[in-house]
Amino acid sequence: MDLLMESLIAVLILIGAAFTCLGSIGLVRLRDFYERLHTPTKATTLGVGSLLIASAIFFSWTMPGISLHEVLVAVFLFITAPVSAHLMAKAALHLRERGETGLPPETTLQRHDGSGRLSEDKDGNQDGNAADSG
Amino acid sequence: MSDLTETGLILNSALMIGFLLVTAAVLLSLWRLIVGPDKPDRILALDTLYVNTIALLVLLDIKLASSLYFEAALLIALFGFVGTVALAKFLTRGDIIE
Repeated sequence: MDLLMESLIAVLILIGAAFTCLGSIGLVRLRDFYERLHTPTKATTLGVGSLLIASAIFFSWTMPGISLHEVLVAVFLFITAPVSAHLMAKAALHLRERGETGLPPETTLQRHDGSGRLSEDKDGNQDGNAADSG
Repeated sequence: MSDLTETGLILNSALMIGFLLVTAAVLLSLWRLIVGPDKPDRILALDTLYVNTIALLVLLDIKLASSLYFEAALLIALFGFVGTVALAKFLTRGDIIE
């Protein structure tokens, strides 16, 4: 195998594996659900996309013909990742409005109260909300 | 190690580091799946576990130099998406098919 192609595939594999690992580290380290939603849906998808590009280059280089299986998986992942993230965020918001999960810490309460429905629960938060809108 | 595959030294070491990192990612998301305080956390961890498994299968395909596991990766992607949508719908509505 040519040294240049091998180095290119190796670099793509390292980038992809590093982003995949970073996504899962963020899933463990971040504080509440709405912050944890970012890393798996962005960093992990990017990492798997890079790994799939590396695999496509590898199989197009070693086997006869152009390998397009990986592009199929990559396109499917890139389409479905935002949809599933949106549905999970919606499910978490529904659970929080029904009061089935504990309220998130104060910083995220102030950050996520675009609807204004949560500000009725806390008196201290209402002033900040009014100051923001007015 | 290079008797089965024809990959060179650079690619083999990159594959080993990749296997290590992706396995660490699988273990971290498994930890979140077990520990995760709420139900949406567990769904998110399961979705991450699917994507990490796809990455592991892709690395294994490059390592073995055979396109044997791409159908498995595609099926995991498909059913992982369906499972995530079904679980999120169940948490939102209390029912999957209305």
